Amino acid sequence: MELSRRNFLRGALVGGAGISLLGFDLTPAVAQLKELKIARATETRSTCPYCSVSCGVLIYTIGDKAKNVTPQVIHVEGDPDHPINRGTLCPKGASLEQDILNPRRLLKPQVRRPGSDHWEDIAWTQAIDEIAHRTKKIRDETFIEKDPQGRTVNRCESLAWIGGCTDTNEFNYLVVKTMRALGLTYMENQARV
Amino acid sequence: MSQSTLAIRRISAHAGAAPGENVERDELVCKLIDTTTCIGCKACEVACLEWNGYTFTETVFDNSYQTMPETTWNYWNLIKFNEHEREDGSITLLMRKDQCMHCADPGCLAACPADGAIVQYTNGIVDFQQQNCIGCGYCVSGCPFDIPKFNPTTKKMFKCTLCVDRVSEGLEPACIKSCPTGCLHFGTKDDMKDLAETRAKQLRENYGIEKAGVYDPAGVNGTGVIYVLHDITNPEAYGGLPKNPHVPWVVRIWKGPAKWIGNLAMLGGLLGVTLHYLRYGPKEIDAEKHEGEKP
Repeated sequence: MELSRRNFLRGALVGGAGISLLGFDLTPAVAQLKELKIARATETRSTCPYCSVSCGVLIYTIGDKAKNVTPQVIHVEGDPDHPINRGTLCPKGASLEQDILNPRRLLKPQVRRPGSDHWEDIAWTQAIDEIAHRTKKIRDETFIEKDPQGRTVNRCESLAWIGGCTDTNEFNYLVVKTMRALGLTYMENQARV
Repeated sequence: MSQSTLAIRRISAHAGAAPGENVERDELVCKLIDTTTCIGCKACEVACLEWNGYTFTETVFDNSYQTMPETTWNYWNLIKFNEHEREDGSITLLMRKDQCMHCADPGCLAACPADGAIVQYTNGIVDFQQQNCIGCGYCVSGCPFDIPKFNPTTKKMFKCTLCVDRVSEGLEPACIKSCPTGCLHFGTKDDMKDLAETRAKQLRENYGIEKAGVYDPAGVNGTGVIYVLHDITNPEAYGGLPKNPHVPWVVRIWKGPAKWIGNLAMLGGLLGVTLHYLRYGPKEIDAEKHEGEKP
């Protein structure tokens, strides 16, 4: 049989259609991946605030910090360069993103009065005012100027101070100065453990 | 934002080959889970949720440390806590991180009827492509570890991706990074296998745990997630880890011989019709027999 132009085209068409029907597919064998969500994020080093281990964390933020933009935290994970945790985190630390984003976190000061069964919201000004007044009252009432042997001690044993692991050196320096000025002897920091 | 792709080794229900294999040097990635040093802190569970952006759902206390009875469509990583009685009568708590095992021969992929809904990348990760998923749930019947889970809202299947978005960019999976005791490791399959065997040998020789061994089941051609267990002879004690997992025979027959028999039958039917037409020609209506009838 002589192969004419017409027959060749006919054959090519029918053959092509047949092969396509039988499943010959030139679709590239790759699959699209979910994009790396921290690819263009700003990486900020920080310290986990929860316990005294003070693991290093990386906070990933999107937004280019332009004047009219409010950046948004999108992810938090361990800092591999931090000598304490080398990238690892505990379950509480791994949930640190929720410490920033969770709608149920505490945003304003609250007080639970003596004998009360619930917490009530309180304004910052009122909270600071009350704390100051109580500190003054308690210190005035219980200040010990001299011990039983008659030596001058100038201390206030009925107040105590506790700090957290995210308190910086500078902050702790000021705290110690202030508290010592009040005569406090009971000072503790969770990061001491 | 960058969009990346990965070459595919296997693809579900795809007509034709998946030409990803052996195109470039294949490095299989692997997770190693050393159950002997797991303290059950669940950092991996939280890290998984945070990375994949799923919010935590309310759980019910069920007299166990375990977060929930099974993994769910939006909770891919679950530590299974199992009280186990030793031979001397004392009790120990066995803890195993349960997630997708990323089988080298994945049963979910074999059972899937939707073109491209389940793929295996050249690095060995088995991943669901939700845009191609038809939500039939056949992958559940193919999986020996009961991993794929159905999302009733979107009608799609979900499971652990081995953080393929991180791995493809050279990062380790989120769970691996978080683990504070270092019981999780990540690397190539060969390296993880070496590390696991070394650890199992150490447990046998230095710690007197005679039955310590590596769980890398041959029934599914090995997995992309391997365990070091205290007692390799009894993996069921670790929250139902099957001793010899394999893709169910029903799935094998259904997707193998039965499929081709069906195809042949269909082709035979077509051939029969054609031959019949050639031999006997078109059907002619006997005009006399139907006389008087309306056409």
